[in-house]
Amino acid sequence: MSAFIQLVVSGLATGAIYALVAVGFALLWQTSQTINFAQGEFVMVPAFFVLVAIKYWGFGYWPAIAVGFAISALLLGAAFKGLVVEPMLRHGVLPLVISTVALAILMKEAVKDFYSSQAQQFPAIVEGTDLDFLGAVVSTQSIAVIVVAIGAVALLNWFLSSTLTGRAMQATAQNRNVARILGIDVERMILYTFLINGLLTALASFLISPIYLAKFTNGETLGLAAFVAAIVGGFNQVRGAVLGGLILGILDNLAAAYVSAQYRAAVPLVVLVAVILWRPQGILGRVEERSV
Amino acid sequence: MKYLVKPLFAAAIALSPISAVAQSTVYIPNLAELSGAGAVSGTNWRDGIILAVEEINAKGGILGRKLDVPHVDTQSEASIARAQIQKMIDNKPYVILGPVFSGSVLPSMELSKAAEIPQIMGGEAAAITQRGNPYIFRTAFGQQVSMPKIANYMRDGVKAKSVAVVWVNNDFGKGGRDAFVAEMTKRNIKVVADVSTESGQVDFASDVVKVKNSPAEAIFVYTNEEESARFLREARKQGIKVPLIGETTLLGQKVIELAGEAANGVKGHVGLTADAPVPALQAFGEKFKKRFGYANDHNGIKGYTAVYVIKHVTEKIGKFDSKAFAAALHGMTITPAQEPGILMEATWDKNGDIDRQSFLGEVVGGKQKIVEILPKAGL
Amino acid sequence: MASAGLVRGTLAAVTVVVLAAGPEFLRPSQLYLVSLWAVTAIAAMGLNLTLGYAGQISMAQGAFVGIGAYTVALLMQAGLGFFPAFLAAGVLCFAVGWLLGYPALRVQHHYLAFVTLAFTTLVYLLLRNEQWLTNGVYGISGIQRPTALGFAFGTAARFYYFCLGIMALFLGAMWWMIRSPWGRAFMVLRENPVRALSLGVDTRRYTLLAFAIGSAVGGFAGGLFAPLVQFLEPNSFSLGYSLSLLLMVIVGGAGYLFGPLVGAAVAILLPDFLRFTEGYYLLLYAAAVMVLMAFCPQGLIGLSERWQANRRARLAAGGER
Repeated sequence: MSAFIQLVVSGLATGAIYALVAVGFALLWQTSQTINFAQGEFVMVPAFFVLVAIKYWGFGYWPAIAVGFAISALLLGAAFKGLVVEPMLRHGVLPLVISTVALAILMKEAVKDFYSSQAQQFPAIVEGTDLDFLGAVVSTQSIAVIVVAIGAVALLNWFLSSTLTGRAMQATAQNRNVARILGIDVERMILYTFLINGLLTALASFLISPIYLAKFTNGETLGLAAFVAAIVGGFNQVRGAVLGGLILGILDNLAAAYVSAQYRAAVPLVVLVAVILWRPQGILGRVEERSV
Repeated sequence: MKYLVKPLFAAAIALSPISAVAQSTVYIPNLAELSGAGAVSGTNWRDGIILAVEEINAKGGILGRKLDVPHVDTQSEASIARAQIQKMIDNKPYVILGPVFSGSVLPSMELSKAAEIPQIMGGEAAAITQRGNPYIFRTAFGQQVSMPKIANYMRDGVKAKSVAVVWVNNDFGKGGRDAFVAEMTKRNIKVVADVSTESGQVDFASDVVKVKNSPAEAIFVYTNEEESARFLREARKQGIKVPLIGETTLLGQKVIELAGEAANGVKGHVGLTADAPVPALQAFGEKFKKRFGYANDHNGIKGYTAVYVIKHVTEKIGKFDSKAFAAALHGMTITPAQEPGILMEATWDKNGDIDRQSFLGEVVGGKQKIVEILPKAGL
Repeated sequence: MASAGLVRGTLAAVTVVVLAAGPEFLRPSQLYLVSLWAVTAIAAMGLNLTLGYAGQISMAQGAFVGIGAYTVALLMQAGLGFFPAFLAAGVLCFAVGWLLGYPALRVQHHYLAFVTLAFTTLVYLLLRNEQWLTNGVYGISGIQRPTALGFAFGTAARFYYFCLGIMALFLGAMWWMIRSPWGRAFMVLRENPVRALSLGVDTRRYTLLAFAIGSAVGGFAGGLFAPLVQFLEPNSFSLGYSLSLLLMVIVGGAGYLFGPLVGAAVAILLPDFLRFTEGYYLLLYAAAVMVLMAFCPQGLIGLSERWQANRRARLAAGGER
């Protein structure tokens, strides 16, 4: 039993990260029909912004984190929107998908060529102390990850549903033309979405890099996980993406322990494919309206 | 149909003459994993080579000829490795260095054999030297040599009756795991948990749960650097008490750096290390760190010594003759007295397997400590 | 525009002559590279059918190449000749493609991408884990090159012709197919699925057919890959390979007959001629793809067509004056 709890708690910590990343993924899809295949690299890179700030600019931990957030919002949010997504929106979904696939390669290669091909240690926010929880050992780091990630998603949810700007963003996501008629500054709302995505992926980066180490290949697994979590959650649903992330994290661990370690990468995928075939709109998703 | 210009253009460039290798240099290309999954190993290997080449060239080269050593990336993929080695062979190399991944060595060595060009590489899979290829040479123990040493240590040092093995599911990890399990069976030690992990895996909770729930008296961890570090951290977190045993990588500098305190107490066999109580190895480690700004692992030493093997053998045969080189290196022993760059005495047998001393070590207080020097295996 | 036709014809003829004379001036490594280009181009042609003509994103083309390659290698090890094994690879991939596409195409767009992505992961793990069949991570080596009517294609030069010949065959088949009623149905699917439906085209069946044929072509490419590289390992067919095939089709120009050839040339031949970019090629390639997508998502062929159209328009305007 303690083993089971151990697996679920560890899975939750990983799943919380997936959820953070998947939420941003779903937000981008909602507001700008962007399927971001570089989302995993968006989580990989901010850790290196911080490392550069610490190593080369001599910043302390918190200032470096602040710089990391700022650069992420700027590059992964605003610049990504302006330079990559915007010029391609009129071409439809596919060219943008391809472009983000290329962007993922670009980011990976850039980190490898200009920083290092080796894994790097990354400073932790919380000292890792281990706590006993129903027979399972949980590190305070994992708890911090879960708390911060869930807190961030809750905050985002509150922002989207209770503030004027948030509701304007949701209106934009649901129907751009109607939003425009209602007098909403659609362009600005879309920009906000990209900034939020940049911040979310940066947060995910700072939470996991102390545990998983910072390395240029880290985005590969995370990006796929975000994609899968978002699809399972319904692709157009923030809450769905959260649920999808958590399910994937737990499923991952349980599959490796109880089904097959050698097939651990495929078990969650196959289960989720079955789910999708049974419920194409995702677990919490609505059927997407088509305007043909 | 403007797009047809493309292949034409390609063909036109292909017509341009091969850059003739000047007589004053000798062409010894290096094929390495500079990107992809093998980038850590490949970069170390390359930097070791760079260091040796710079030293040798600064002193006038080999037999008066400077070394021309271009570094070519395999992207850690076998099909690219094969294409690249063919390209090297077209340029008539004297000797080929690399690659490090056994998965890339296996397809490429067929080509160097056909071209009768010696290939000094970093792969450790047992299969490499079991095919009767007279042109392939190792720079580190094959798994068929290192695993018996680990197995002896399990039996005599750890005195374990049952063990768990955690391995990374690629050719390196699987090859080591297969050899290890065979050696365990020979010594009547039970393998009670057999845990496969993924290259690039980040969450090791389920793997640690598995070995923790097994009655293993020791755990053998055979994965790449980062994965080793992540496993050690998770193992400490879940309070694993039984000894964690490794082979070279697990006690390596990179793993200690990444795992921090979690690495303390790890024991095992070390094939090559800059921390060995061998002054030449330590001096090499310092030189390497000064030149490249990071601490080398065993692959750095492998690359460095490979170049000095070329220097020594060539000076011994007195000419740049690929076939004579291969013939001479079989059965040869090189000592640091003859060639300081070899760092430790080493012998190559008729299959191209290498034999040298190795070490038993332990991680104490964030540092690798060598506790025993093992004699040559006597192949 | 008779002159344009003449230019095209001449270019085509010259290309054929240059490729035919290849072994006269190409070094063995370059012969290998051009052969690899031909094989990759076939795989990309198959994906072009799925993506360019039927408009479906598949992330499984690399997996089909893998299935084809292993099928040929294993059947040849079991004593079968190359040609029956090659045929079996295509048939098997057609069947697998059909079985995969049947449920997957109920849910389209990003869901098909997801299902094919899961499939690619599963195929990779099967190739790696089922060691009794595929020799797992150790890979299969020593794959023989084919012999036809007592003529052995063992040397680099002969196999070069063999690969190019097969590629030409597939190119011809594609040309014929997109002009057939099938091909026209595929294209209607891409341009306007709703219209296709209203015209009485069974969209799902045709999409499925396009996907299965595309997969079979991938399998045939794999059947050539095995004797070309003569060493198979599961890593070659992981998700990255499928993604790079996807890039090739788009870069060359999805939905153009010659698109895959150009895309594969950029990915495989060009690095060899841009040696000075050593180490940074992938970086530059990725950046170039992004720029291309922003300015001309129709790929390089689309770009050249647009350029030609512009020039023609300018000439016409000049002529009127």
